[in-house]
Amino acid sequence: MIRRVPPTEPFEVERHLSKNEALHGIHPDDTYLKPGRIPHIWCPGCGLGVVLNAYIQALKAREIPQDRASVISGIGCTGRAAGYLNMDTYHTTHGRAIPFATGLSLIRPELSVTVLSGDGDLFAIGGNHLIHAARRNVNVKVICVNNFNYGMTGGQSAPTTPLEARTSTTPYGNVEHPFNLVSLAAASGAVYVARWTAFHARFLVESISEAFMKPGFTFIEVITPCPTGYNRPNKLGAGLDMMKLFREKSEIHHGLDPNEAELDLKRRIVVGKFVDLEKPTFADGYEKLMNGDPKRA
Amino acid sequence: MNNGAVLTGEHFLNGDVACAEGALAAGCNFFAGYPITPATEVAERMSRRLPKTGGIYIQMEDEIASMAAILGASWGGAKAMTSTSGPGFSLMMENIGLGMMTETPCVLVNIMRAGPSTGLPTLVGQADVMQARWGSHGDYGVIAISPASVQEMFDLTIEAFNLSEQYRQPVFILSDEVVGHMYEKLVIPPAERIHRIERRKPEKRPDEYVPFMGEEDLVPPMACAGEGYRVHVTGLTHDEMGYPHMFHTTQERLVRRLVDKIRLNADKIIRLESDFMEDAKVVVIAYGCVSRSAREAVERARSKGLKVGMLRLITVWPFPTKKLRELAGRVETFIIPEINYGQVAYEVERCAGDRAEIVQVGIMGGTVHSPEDIYDVIEEFAQ
Amino acid sequence: MRFWRLPLDAKKYSIPVGELHIIDDRCKGCGYCIEFCPNGVLVLSKKFNVKGYHPPEPLPGKEMECVNCNLCQVICPEFAIYSTLKFSKELSEEDIERYNELVRQRRKDFHE
Repeated sequence: MIRRVPPTEPFEVERHLSKNEALHGIHPDDTYLKPGRIPHIWCPGCGLGVVLNAYIQALKAREIPQDRASVISGIGCTGRAAGYLNMDTYHTTHGRAIPFATGLSLIRPELSVTVLSGDGDLFAIGGNHLIHAARRNVNVKVICVNNFNYGMTGGQSAPTTPLEARTSTTPYGNVEHPFNLVSLAAASGAVYVARWTAFHARFLVESISEAFMKPGFTFIEVITPCPTGYNRPNKLGAGLDMMKLFREKSEIHHGLDPNEAELDLKRRIVVGKFVDLEKPTFADGYEKLMNGDPKRA
Repeated sequence: MNNGAVLTGEHFLNGDVACAEGALAAGCNFFAGYPITPATEVAERMSRRLPKTGGIYIQMEDEIASMAAILGASWGGAKAMTSTSGPGFSLMMENIGLGMMTETPCVLVNIMRAGPSTGLPTLVGQADVMQARWGSHGDYGVIAISPASVQEMFDLTIEAFNLSEQYRQPVFILSDEVVGHMYEKLVIPPAERIHRIERRKPEKRPDEYVPFMGEEDLVPPMACAGEGYRVHVTGLTHDEMGYPHMFHTTQERLVRRLVDKIRLNADKIIRLESDFMEDAKVVVIAYGCVSRSAREAVERARSKGLKVGMLRLITVWPFPTKKLRELAGRVETFIIPEINYGQVAYEVERCAGDRAEIVQVGIMGGTVHSPEDIYDVIEEFAQ
Repeated sequence: MRFWRLPLDAKKYSIPVGELHIIDDRCKGCGYCIEFCPNGVLVLSKKFNVKGYHPPEPLPGKEMECVNCNLCQVICPEFAIYSTLKFSKELSEEDIERYNELVRQRRKDFHE
């Protein structure tokens, strides 16, 4: 019989319950943040904080109570976003945030369910889930943070890494063509598709709050600087330099065919709202079938 | 709970369909799945029944997504289930780990077929027993139930839901193709006679609630989405508040509790059926479809005066270690017929190998032992 | 458009004056607020915070030029800065002059 030596250190509940960091509550948005969780783990100059901020501003704009919102994320730098929000948040497995959100949103249709995750999580390991959730038109709001690489693991190439770009696993330059995320989401059936950069903070807030009001599968791509993982090997400078690049190269083209929405850091970054259409959601169809012709039951 | 979901009365159904009916009777209101032989009938029945009983049925793009979806639904307050077979079970391993780590109640039905890989899709196997125990990476406790009849497919599915709610974790139904496709009489009791265990909810206020602090039985009460508790749930090692904490002492407390909540409650969970044990020198240990042949063989041996006992594992996991050690002192031989190359036999060897002879009667899949196959071995060792 | 005098309905409009709140110890010194402040109110300070970064501070003499637009709050990745309305001031000849100067500058930039 195996003898197991028991652990020694108990958990001090009292200390943790009262662990309201001294700085908590001094910023007006702190009510949306979990006490004691800020500062977040993201690098200086990272755009993820801007996206998290925009999500909060959009919640405020739509006056969605915290207890009626839920954020689900996958794995990676963006995956950590969920853990900072003071609401019901789920940090799931790599790539599986969307199917998890599908389950939650179908059983609790009154909740505003948002998936906040990265390009690698949503389009590499989770690519299949994304296209199918878009096809089904489940009521899930996807915010995809695209920083052109896998940041958490140290800057490897991603499905969004531009051709010839250098990452820690493409030291001689990337030979793969990147996905155009907005085009892929639109082709899969998303009812709302937009692209912004972290520089377009106000547009982003507006776009997220528009998506909140849109039943069905919405997709917003946010291009962000990754000063540590992507900028360094590609000599793009600090996060701020990347933001300036966004300012310089961005063109707003609302309603443009997403296939034409170019994303080339050297030429131009086309941003804007590309798709906004009406289509019955999965829940709409399902409700009809629940109350449908009893003869067919 | 929707009592209209219970089809009270006598039916003639197969095991897969009985399993679906059992789930509905237990209060299941969410099913996500992906077609796979020989488990598809569970999904088909659910797709027909759930929309009419106020539940949600969704066919996902693969088994990875199915498992993720039921975890999401469970955190939304649903009683959720999925069904699959070997290849799908392999794909689900990742999110089974998430379910274990985040302590999410749900039921996963594995109608075992013969593997490895695609193997024999339409024919029986029992080789997923160890995968059910150790399949996902890391340490955690497992509950797996193995029904042997259509009636048990119904009854034990209810039991699986109850155990998953009570111990807050995914519970496996480890059935097999033969039981899944077998047609038998099924009696469904009136709704009010079905025993259901509901999810334990926090009684504390949100500011006092510690979401991952186990109670006396090491199981924490569960606050679902939208209930005002604002819980952060993560597959990362987390402290009792639910926050990621990358430190060995936190890992120590968490993982020990995850394993111990099953290990220390094992006596309450384990269900066995033992017969003719008083004077038995030889004991046949079987589960699932094989137990039906085994029983026939044991009864025949008894009628010929052989001192043979029969032990059927209704719960394969947690393993009845205590019971086996106890028997090992007086039983000379354990005979384990199973449709694999020795999986439960390994466990028996672990518990009793030093004091008794362990005989595994293995079939690699595709068919069930006939009673004669087992009887012949009994005769050889019980003389 | 340029104004050639204080408009007659100037009294109907006012300029908000914001008060900046900077939580020094949350700042990671990314410089977003400094770069993107539409009125160029902020500058990197010389002081260090607990993490060793230089937080922003209002440029001496420009404190009153914050118009409480809150862009710094929206673009700050660290929840380290925000502004509140201090008061609203009436439009003056000076404001019009400054506005005209801005328009002149923009035109010049555009043509260059």
